[in-house]
Amino acid sequence: MTVDARPGTEAVTVTTTVNGRADSRQVPARTLLVHLLREELGLTATTVGCDTSSCGACTVLLDGRSVKSCTLLAAQADGADVRTAEGLADGDRLHPVQEAFREHHALQCGFCTPGMVLAVVSLLDENPGPLTEHDVRRALVGNLCRCTGYHNIVRAVLALDAARQAG
Amino acid sequence: MIPASVRYHRAADLAEALELRRAYGDLLRPLAGGQSLLPALKLRRDRVDTLLDLGRIGELSYVAHRGDHLAVGALTRYQRLLTDPLVDRYAPMLATAAAAVGDPQVRHAGTVGGALAQADPAADLPLALVALDAVVVLASTAGTREVPAAELAVGPGATLCRPDELVTEVRVPLPGPARWSYRTFARPALEWSLVAVAVADGRVALAGMGPTIRRARGVEAALADGAGAAAAAARADEDCDPVDDVRASAAYRRHLSRVLVARALADCSPEVRP
Repeated sequence: MTVDARPGTEAVTVTTTVNGRADSRQVPARTLLVHLLREELGLTATTVGCDTSSCGACTVLLDGRSVKSCTLLAAQADGADVRTAEGLADGDRLHPVQEAFREHHALQCGFCTPGMVLAVVSLLDENPGPLTEHDVRRALVGNLCRCTGYHNIVRAVLALDAARQAG
Repeated sequence: MIPASVRYHRAADLAEALELRRAYGDLLRPLAGGQSLLPALKLRRDRVDTLLDLGRIGELSYVAHRGDHLAVGALTRYQRLLTDPLVDRYAPMLATAAAAVGDPQVRHAGTVGGALAQADPAADLPLALVALDAVVVLASTAGTREVPAAELAVGPGATLCRPDELVTEVRVPLPGPARWSYRTFARPALEWSLVAVAVADGRVALAGMGPTIRRARGVEAALADGAGAAAAAARADEDCDPVDDVRASAAYRRHLSRVLVARALADCSPEVRP
């Protein structure tokens, strides 16, 4: 066999649906999902904090489930539905999780907020509750807030959960 | 940080992946969830010619009850183990171990087979599989073979998996243990375990106490001889070779192993007997 015959390419075509919009483009295979979102698609709500899969600022939803977009190749998202913070609100109407964050002042500098909100969206979708404070803190262990504003974030999530349990 | 330039190929199915492994061997690096491999590539601690993405091989994502064992496909993601009713009923230790892995985001991507192939000496799920006496299925175009989970890893990051093989399944023998415990000690929430212990009836396995996950034979022998939990746990670090590094000294790891084994045996008390 010749070396040229080996499988794989250095450029890959990545076809996704991002926030409801179909996209298809060729990128280097080593492109991380977060860089596809930020640099190719201009969706800069998704931030890069630690870049080592610890802080969760880069959290997005991949087929509805939270993942760290700094630790996935764009190629791994090929064919998937991707949702970022830009895709949560319905026009001028905030997503319920965004609304709860605003109501409870669950953000300070805002850097971790997009990832935090998406982690909460995934949590509430996966876990029917009722949630305890411990459940919420455990579920957000992969999202760091360097302003240390965790209390209000947890309050916002607990309020959302209480509302849906009542509702 | 981005990985160095790399080639990429996504396998359409298991047959294609095995054929490529046969033809190209270690030129191709299997990519499952990538939760260990991608950080290593980004930090340039690992170099790869071509990634063989297995992530879309849906036929390897399953949990199945097959009478005398519970089968888990290699591409089953950690998160599924937390909620799967068959895991809950037949091998709940797997759910406990999976819950100790990273965070929800990592568990949504990381896979059972990836954890085994990565052979990290402090990994949670492989530890549980060793304690449960599970068997790992390795497949190639020539067929399949079974390797005990306890023998798969031969060193940090090294396994018995040949360049033409892939991990395809783990089999947890049933019935499972009457009594079991899983205990881990980590520093901050996201750090790997410094030491972790899994007890399943008379089997005791340790992570973080040497180059591979290992059975604590001294503890098991003491239990078999009728020793109490305290006396048995005192032998936890026999024949162990824990690393001495910035996270913890070897002496501290030895101390942790004895404490965690004592607590795990107490969790199982009084029925822990081989």
